[in-house]
Amino acid sequence: MQISGSLKEFQRIAVMLLTALVLAFAAQGAAAQEPLQPDDLVGPVPAETPAAALAQQDPAAAADVADPEAVSPGSEAFPKQKAYPGKGQPVAGDWNVQKQYSETGRFADGLHVALIWVMLGISFFVLALLLYVVVRFNKRANPVPSKTSHNTLVEVLWTVVPALILLGIAIPSITLIAKQYRAPPEDAITIKATGYQWYWGYSYPDNGDFEIISNMLTEEEAEAAGEPHQLAVDNRLVVPVGVPIRLQTTGADVIHSFAVPSLWFKLDAVPGRLNERLLQIDEPGVYYGQCSELCGARHAYMPIAVEALPMDRYNAWVLAQGGTIAGAEEQGVEANPSAAPLQEPESAVPGAAGAGAPPSDLDQTT
Amino acid sequence: MATTADAFQAHTEDHAHDHADHKPGFFARWFMSTNHKDIGTLYLIFAIFAGIVGGAISGIMRAELAEPGIQYLQSVYPLIGVGPGAIDEALHHWNVLITAHGLIMVFFMVMPAMIGGFGNWFVPLMIGAPDMAFPRMNNVSFWLTVAGFCSLMFSMFVPGGVGMGAGTGWTVYAPLSTSGSSGPAVDFAIFSLHLAGAGSILGATNFITTIFNMRAPGMTLHKMPLFVWSVLVTAFLLLLALPVLAAAITMLLTDRNFGTTFFDPAGGGDPVLYQHLFWFFGHPEVYIMILPGFGMISQIVATFSRKPVFGYLGMAYAMVAIGVVGFIVWAHHMYTTGLSVNTKMYFTAATMIIAVPTGVKIFSWIATMWGGSIEFKSPLVWALGFIFLFTVGGVTGVYLANGGVDDVVHDTYFVVAHFHYVLSMGAVFSMFAGFYYWFPKMSGRMHSELLAHLHFWGFFIGVNIIFFPQHFLGWQGMPRRYPDYAEAYAYWNEISSFGYHIMAGSMLFFFANLVYAFVAGKKAAANYWGEGATTLEWTLPSPPPYHQFETLPVIEEHHDYHNHLPREQEPA
Repeated sequence: MQISGSLKEFQRIAVMLLTALVLAFAAQGAAAQEPLQPDDLVGPVPAETPAAALAQQDPAAAADVADPEAVSPGSEAFPKQKAYPGKGQPVAGDWNVQKQYSETGRFADGLHVALIWVMLGISFFVLALLLYVVVRFNKRANPVPSKTSHNTLVEVLWTVVPALILLGIAIPSITLIAKQYRAPPEDAITIKATGYQWYWGYSYPDNGDFEIISNMLTEEEAEAAGEPHQLAVDNRLVVPVGVPIRLQTTGADVIHSFAVPSLWFKLDAVPGRLNERLLQIDEPGVYYGQCSELCGARHAYMPIAVEALPMDRYNAWVLAQGGTIAGAEEQGVEANPSAAPLQEPESAVPGAAGAGAPPSDLDQTT
Repeated sequence: MATTADAFQAHTEDHAHDHADHKPGFFARWFMSTNHKDIGTLYLIFAIFAGIVGGAISGIMRAELAEPGIQYLQSVYPLIGVGPGAIDEALHHWNVLITAHGLIMVFFMVMPAMIGGFGNWFVPLMIGAPDMAFPRMNNVSFWLTVAGFCSLMFSMFVPGGVGMGAGTGWTVYAPLSTSGSSGPAVDFAIFSLHLAGAGSILGATNFITTIFNMRAPGMTLHKMPLFVWSVLVTAFLLLLALPVLAAAITMLLTDRNFGTTFFDPAGGGDPVLYQHLFWFFGHPEVYIMILPGFGMISQIVATFSRKPVFGYLGMAYAMVAIGVVGFIVWAHHMYTTGLSVNTKMYFTAATMIIAVPTGVKIFSWIATMWGGSIEFKSPLVWALGFIFLFTVGGVTGVYLANGGVDDVVHDTYFVVAHFHYVLSMGAVFSMFAGFYYWFPKMSGRMHSELLAHLHFWGFFIGVNIIFFPQHFLGWQGMPRRYPDYAEAYAYWNEISSFGYHIMAGSMLFFFANLVYAFVAGKKAAANYWGEGATTLEWTLPSPPPYHQFETLPVIEEHHDYHNHLPREQEPA
């Protein structure tokens, strides 16, 4: 109408912007290949069984278990494992999923990468079609419109081809779910994560049923510990590496969700339910996560830190917490309750204040 | 009998006689309205108002999220007087904001605009009906929606547990919403949903009755414009889904106030039962929000390509298929609740099936333009934006459909990005497309095409900058509903918040355009878009007379509205 001149300009701008978008996407497409790098996919080979894990272990460290006296009392015997940037935690400005440290995680990561290509392919296909009709069938290029309104062949094609693509996605997708739902073997170590408002409790029913209370560190504490604020906690969920773990979750008050992105693991902690999933971590390290179901005011301040240790170090840690190890008596290892005071599960204390590390620095940051 | 018939013959819609266009006084017209066009206008005004409130709340949220730490939460609630140091109240306030933003945008912006606004205005016009089947019930629907909005607003100023307001998220999950939130705020929020839901159920019955019984002679179901089809399917979804929500939130109320334990394991209940009930409503709800948009995009694409809709029947039944399948995929919102392995596999497969009819629609829109003679008027530009951005939101939906893959992004910003691509860009783009398409028809004044295009480009660039980086945040693991985050998430959050300014700035063009149209806009002709616009509303003047179609239009056997046959090409 009155602005047909400016419309031309808009078309030009539109084409320019969309071209820019295409270029930007192309760059991302190239970056999307990154997770396919061979060394990313191979990673350290995990030990398959506890026995294999024990066989792998460092003899010097194994001595710790054989000689209970070597286990010093208190947590000082267990300096927290150092957390490394880029491992088990988010990376500033990164756009992809975190690097995976479990077998199912790596399988899921492969499907994730494939899906990125499918998403890019479909989006660009639609974009290309749109650009084509915009250029080819605008009023100037094609003043007389056709009256075509049916074409059985293309209608069948655009129904069947997407269905086949979806079928292609569904097969690995269903396989992944089956892998994630593999039942833990009977001898898997059971660890229970309980969500409280607003902190986590980790109990070890196979190791004397002690409970660890895990609160977020304040900004100063996290900085002092050299850990990322909002992810760092005082007491981590310590687990053995390379062996299957039966991880159970439940909620004490409202629904929480136990999530660790670098292990492709997320399981809601629902009051009145005991959810259970197999977890097996490939290599020692610290893997951070955060509560992932809205649970009230301090929902953002109850992070999760999983510390995966070799089996012997795990056993030593258990003993230091006053826990027990199955079959340890034969080896002359005894629980050492005095080594560390058994933490009182706060769930047992009526009216216990949710002592989650309050973001006490909030008023300072305002 | 004869006199009645004569009286009907005496008026035609194009030359309305005085008493045919007689309007009641101001109060009676706008507060006791029984006229579908006036009620549609009220709905649109209400939706714009609610959209400003919901959009302002998202502005507070993006400001807070621009950098790590808590910057604004303790100062944005002066009415409540949260003092410094009252950290938990401030954090609770964040949850109130996300809850209000979600509920307002879903129940008081998108639904009133799409179904109440455009549906009320154009369903009767497009099927050649004088009004809706139940005009007075139509009025009740609107005022129930307003009452629901008031109840939600009120809930923000009464105690809701840790602080003022309902901080449960729009999903109102038990037990956070029952034992987890003392005080009346959650009760008022629930009551708000009852009121809005009742209004929508009444509206849905009204649309179904109107479309089934009041089509002009000759307008068979298979000749109805696709927008009418979309509203019909939407109305059925509302009618079947909303009672389930009503039941679920009523159980919440009794759990909260009358000692029942539907969702309390201590009494034999189950919190996950609430989620099943909520999402049995909630998933159809997302199609309720987008289907009328599909209908509008079909009208607009056909109009500006000057070509009939490609694959009309496929388009209509794709919407029916989406509606039907939409009822059997709800648990994909619950992949991490501990579903059994078979359940998760089923919902993965069923959810992906929805991509097929959705793909049919995307490709049919493109095929409609193929071979057309496209004019880049503002509605078509918005429609093009819709098609592309909805595709992006659609493919991330296929990604999320995979239950196993979903584990890493469930309840993260990836999900936030996904549903804003289909809603904030899908539903909202289609609403702006429909608005610019029909605004001159409704007001009688032409808007400025230049401002409408500027609005489009600002909005397009703004929302993409806001929401595209959120995919990356989600993949990196940032959970949603967080007011504060680790330093590593700062980079993309800052960019996302920057985009908000562009989006908000573009809205100035929208409001300027409204002012321009009413102050200086040219008078709109009956069919200001030209020969491509063939549905019945274009046979009426702009704005249409207060009562239209007093003599019903007769649709000839050969006259296919969806086929957009220009009159001169019709067989004699």
